[in-house]
Amino acid sequence: MRVLPGDPVLLHFEKMENPAAMAAMRVRLGLDKPLWAQYFDYVVGLFSGNLGLSMQDYSPVAQQIFSAFPATLELAIYSMTIAVLIGIFLGVESSKAYNKPKDHMIRVFGIVTYAIPVFFLGMIFQMIFGVGLHWLPVGGRISPTMEPRGLIIPLSLPPGGFISHFLLSSLAGLILLVIYLAATKTKHKKLSRKDLIVSLIIFIVGWSIWTGLGWYYISIGELRISTGLFTIDSLLEGNIYKFVLTLKYLFLPSLTLGLVLCGIFIRLTRSNMLETLRLDFVTAAKARGLKESTVTYSYALRNAFLPVLTMMGLQFAILLAGAVLTETTFSWPGLGRYLVDRINFRDYTAIQGAVVVFGIFVSLVSLAIDLLYAYLDPRIRL
Amino acid sequence: MQKLKIKKSMLSHLLPGLSSLAKRGLAGWLVILGAIIVAAVVVMTMVSPWIVPYDPSKINVGQPLLPPSPQFPFGTDNLGQDMLSRIISGGGIMLQVAILSVVVCLMIGVPLGLFSSYTGGVIDRFVSLIMDSVYAFPGLILAIAIALVLGRGVINMALSIAVVYVPSYFRVIRSQVLSIKEVPYVEAANAAGARKRTILSRYILPNVVPSIAVVATVNFADAILTAAGLTFIGMGVSVDVPDWGWDLANGRNFLLSGAWWVITFPGLMIILLALGFTLMGEGLSELSNPRLEQ
Repeated sequence: MRVLPGDPVLLHFEKMENPAAMAAMRVRLGLDKPLWAQYFDYVVGLFSGNLGLSMQDYSPVAQQIFSAFPATLELAIYSMTIAVLIGIFLGVESSKAYNKPKDHMIRVFGIVTYAIPVFFLGMIFQMIFGVGLHWLPVGGRISPTMEPRGLIIPLSLPPGGFISHFLLSSLAGLILLVIYLAATKTKHKKLSRKDLIVSLIIFIVGWSIWTGLGWYYISIGELRISTGLFTIDSLLEGNIYKFVLTLKYLFLPSLTLGLVLCGIFIRLTRSNMLETLRLDFVTAAKARGLKESTVTYSYALRNAFLPVLTMMGLQFAILLAGAVLTETTFSWPGLGRYLVDRINFRDYTAIQGAVVVFGIFVSLVSLAIDLLYAYLDPRIRL
Repeated sequence: MQKLKIKKSMLSHLLPGLSSLAKRGLAGWLVILGAIIVAAVVVMTMVSPWIVPYDPSKINVGQPLLPPSPQFPFGTDNLGQDMLSRIISGGGIMLQVAILSVVVCLMIGVPLGLFSSYTGGVIDRFVSLIMDSVYAFPGLILAIAIALVLGRGVINMALSIAVVYVPSYFRVIRSQVLSIKEVPYVEAANAAGARKRTILSRYILPNVVPSIAVVATVNFADAILTAAGLTFIGMGVSVDVPDWGWDLANGRNFLLSGAWWVITFPGLMIILLALGFTLMGEGLSELSNPRLEQ
């Protein structure tokens, strides 16, 4: 899993012939030790979050990776969501129209998505929506005017920001309210006066928490980074304008990656739904006169969903591999682009660090999916 | 006698006559369609030196970045090379990489899978552990790491792709061998004192062949896409041989100036080739385990 370093110092010092400086640099990077000692140092460092110094700019790799990671995470979350939503929707539609033209069309679509190189699809999208129609930006993650420059906490409100902020705060209160009602009320109980008072209090609490957060994070132009996920950051700021802008930048990369991944979900959902739709309880539900969409989406799909969940864990590795190409295509400043950039410099520590972090990321996600699976399927106990 | 029979059944799995394929419905047609696409691309690449209108590597055949016109049906790239000629002859590297990686995978994955899962015990657990950890890793990223260590070149690229895909052969074979080795006739052969090698190659392998064929076609498609991806991020084989992946990566620089023809045609060719293999895999997998026959 680890790329053993060659001699990047030589590469870096090709221009200046200075043996003393080269030797000093070797010692600083730990390259004077034998290979096994370097490896040992590396593994020990790994456990304390130390991935070594970059051989390109001599800053800690862990820090660089940490700052690039949220971009990849955000891209991964949105593209996985898109892939699963498209996959499930088309899969269900396909299974409902078993062996009809619609079914065949969806299946062909699934096969074709599998054969498309992700970067080619990305470039086609760039060409159509960016160069041709000028609807969406062709690259980057955030508009240059919003580029964050360190920690800035100005206290003035952006124009128009107040109203959107007010609306969002109310929304937060409402959501809390709905959660409370859903948690306490069963279907046929009436609301008592006490409930009304409690919900009013909850609403006000939610509103004021959100307002407080919003005030804290409001800035003029720059996006205030708190989570590193820009869509969430802009929402935390309560600035819908920034949120929409971030989505615009996010849209094409995640759509590209999502479309390329959705084929397997279509196939899986389809075959599972075909099996589930033949079961007795579906027939019974239909016989009771429930709506077609209710039967498929809330009765049958619930049973067909678990394999999809497992597949999400398996697909995550493929998603990350695709993310490397997508990030390169869209100049998305994530871990994948970091990796590719550093390949051109032969920055071995950085490459090694990125590869290791990718590995850790994949294993953490599959662990999380397994736990979720055990939680959702009562037949499986840990 | 026994040997003859098995050989025959292997053949009927591997090279089913076109007519018998067509009789087996949609899945058969998928295989035929895929095979035709792949064969067409292979033939086109092989005869390319005689049918290209211009020398594909010669620069300044026309003006740089000319849009498609009767003289240059697919336009020219930034070096003034004829895109049509490059499309016709650009499949070579990808096909070589794909074929080589599949061959390496077959040579390593199949014997390893058969041997390890038939033997069982500590060896099997150890090999499975390694294979599973490779399998769980993002393929392209692993291929990048290995290709970096090995350096450029067709063989190195094929090797780095092969390492990524050996586990999928291993897993498929293992899951089948585990059930087949409990079957009475294998036990009988074992009791009759047949050597392990004989049992594996004569009694178990023929049962696994259909699924190996499925994995191999999928592997072909994946190897092509991975090779294209590696080339895209600048780890391609070489610059002086026409290659769709290289054209695609190169064309990216002229995307913003609106030169759509430089990327579109190589991209479509890659899709076509990968699609051919995917269709074959799809059809074969449906033929080898026919479920949901209503």
